[in-house]
Amino acid sequence: MTLHPVDYLILVLYFVFVLGIGWMAKRRISTSEDFLTSKRSVPVWITSLAFIAANLGAQEVIGMCASGAKYGIMTAHFYWLGAVPAMVFVGVFMMPFYYGSRARSVPEYLKLRFDEKTRGLNAITFAVMTVFSSGISMYALGLLFELVLGWSFTNSVLLSALIVLIYTFLGGLTSAIYNEVVQFFLIVLGFAPLSILAVMKAGGWSGISAHLQPVMTHSWRYLGHASENPMGVEAFSLIAGLGFVLSFGYWCTDFLVIQRAMAAKSMHEGRQTPLIAAFPKMMMPFIVIVPGIAALALMNMSSGYTLPLQPGGGYDYNQVLTTLMAKFYPSGMLGVGLTALMASFMSGMAGNVTAFNTVFTYDIYQSYIRPNEPDRHYLWVGRAMTIIGVGLSIGTAFLATHFNNIMDFLQLVFGFVNAPLFATFLLGMFWKRTTGHAAFTGLIAGTAGALMTYSLTIAEGKGGWITILHQFPSTMAQNFWIAIDAWVICFLVTMLVSLVTKPKPIAELHNLVYGVTDVPKEEGLRWYQKPTSLALMVIVVLVALNLLFY
Amino acid sequence: MSDLRVPTGILFALLGVVLLAYTAISPGARAPLDANINVNLWSGIALLLFGGCLLWLSRRTRS
Repeated sequence: MTLHPVDYLILVLYFVFVLGIGWMAKRRISTSEDFLTSKRSVPVWITSLAFIAANLGAQEVIGMCASGAKYGIMTAHFYWLGAVPAMVFVGVFMMPFYYGSRARSVPEYLKLRFDEKTRGLNAITFAVMTVFSSGISMYALGLLFELVLGWSFTNSVLLSALIVLIYTFLGGLTSAIYNEVVQFFLIVLGFAPLSILAVMKAGGWSGISAHLQPVMTHSWRYLGHASENPMGVEAFSLIAGLGFVLSFGYWCTDFLVIQRAMAAKSMHEGRQTPLIAAFPKMMMPFIVIVPGIAALALMNMSSGYTLPLQPGGGYDYNQVLTTLMAKFYPSGMLGVGLTALMASFMSGMAGNVTAFNTVFTYDIYQSYIRPNEPDRHYLWVGRAMTIIGVGLSIGTAFLATHFNNIMDFLQLVFGFVNAPLFATFLLGMFWKRTTGHAAFTGLIAGTAGALMTYSLTIAEGKGGWITILHQFPSTMAQNFWIAIDAWVICFLVTMLVSLVTKPKPIAELHNLVYGVTDVPKEEGLRWYQKPTSLALMVIVVLVALNLLFY
Repeated sequence: MSDLRVPTGILFALLGVVLLAYTAISPGARAPLDANINVNLWSGIALLLFGGCLLWLSRRTRS
C-alpha cells in the first residue's frame, strides 16, 4: 500500500485537530477532579459516544474484521450478546449506585460498599491491566503499520503515543472524552464506505450468502452443537460465558467505560449514557464485521480480491481490513481510512491512560501512599501519572516485540482476574448482607477457579498445566467455560462467607445497595428520555436484528 | 467548554473539501476494485454534509 501526499495531509489535519481539542479542554482545569473525572459536566450525547469509543480500539476494529472473515456473522454476538444486554443492565440498574454513591471511581465504590482490601485488589489489578493492555494494542498497531505501510515500528509507536500523551496531559478526561467522540465519527465515516463498497461488489447480502457456507451468514442457526460452527461453541456456553459472565463483567464493572458514564451531568444522563450508546453499538457489526464477511465472499467469487496469506501458510486474517482498504479506497479516501484506524488506536489508548491515572491517583496514591495532601498535589500526581502511564505502555509495546509469548500469557491472566468480578458487584449492589471479607475471598476464589479450569482442561493445545480432565473443541469454548466457572465459584464463595461474617450496618449502605438507595425519579423527563423506555427500545431493536440474521 | 459540534463540524467539512478538491485535481485516482464508483467524490460529499450538519445544529441551538 502506498500513500500519497493527500493521505498524509489528512492524517496531519487530524493530528492538529486532536491537539487543538486538548488545548481547548485545558482552560477548564484547576482541580484534580476537573482533570481526572471531568467533575460531572459532560453532555449526554458526548458521554454516550465516548462510552463505546473508549472500548473501540484499533485491535478491536482489526480483530472484528478478521473474525468476520473467519467466523461470519456469528461474530456479531460479541456486540449483540456480548455487550448490549450488559449496557442496558448497567444503565437501568447499576448507574444509580455508581452515580449516587458519589464515588470518583469503580474501586472507590468498592471501598464505600465493602472495605479497603477489596478496593486495593481491584485498583491494583486494574491499574496494571490498563497499562499492559494499552501497550499490547500499541504493539499490534506498530506491527501493522510496519507491515502495510513500511513505517518504522519505533517511530509510529512513539509518534502516536506522543500525541495521545499531549492531549490527555493538557485536558485530562474531558479532552479524552471529547476526542473520543470525534474518533467515533471518524471510525464510522472512515470504515462505513468500505463496508458499502465491499458488499456492493459482492452483490449485496444475497450475493454474499450465495457464495458462502450458510453457517457464515446465520448467527443462531448453527449453535446447537460445537461441531456445527467455526467458533466451536454451543448456545449455552455462548450465552452464559460471553453473554452473561464476560459481557456483564466488562460493561458493568470496568472503570474504563463506567468512568465515561460517571462524567455525565446528572443522574439521568449517567443512566442514559450506556442506553443511548447501545444503539450505535448494535450497528457496529455492519461497519466492522460485515467487510470481513464480504471479503471471504469476494475471494470465493474470484473478483480480484484474495485474503492475505501468512508467510508460513494459512490466511492472515488480521490483514483483512487493510488489504480491503487497499483494494477499495483510492488515495484520498485511503488517508481517511488510515486516519480512522489511527483514531481507533488513540481512543483506545487514551481511554486506558485516563482510567489508569484516576485509579492510581485516587485509589492507590491518595489512599495508601500520601493521603491528606492539598488538592493541587493530587492534580500534579494525576498529570505525572499520565506521563508514566504512557511511558509504561510504550515500554510494554517494546517488551512485546521481544517476548510475544509473555503478552499472550498476560492476557490469559487478565481473563482470570476479570471473570469473577460481576458476581461481586451483583451481590454487593443487590444483597445488603454481602460483606467485605466475602467480596475479597470470593474474588480470590473466582480467580483461582479460573486458573484451575485452565489447568485441568485443554483446547487447541492450550491449558492442561496440571492434567487433562476435559478437552474443549476450541479455545473460545474454553474461555467461556473458564469465565462461567470463575463466576459461579465467586458467587457461591461470596454468599457463603457473607453468611458467617459480620455485615456493615444498614446506615453505612445508603446509596450503595438496592433497598436502601433512593430510586432515581423519572418524573419531568419526556417518555423517550426515561431510562426504562430507552431500555425497551434497545431490546426491541436488538431482538429484530437477531431475528433478521437468525 | 465551548460546543464540541463546532470544531468537529469544521474538521469533517475540511476533510470533505480536501477529498472533493483532490477529485477535481486528479480524477484518475481510483482504487482497483471500486466498481466505477468515484469513491473520493461520494465520500467527500458525505463528509462535507456531515460536517455542515454539525455546524448547522450548533448554530440553531445557540440562536
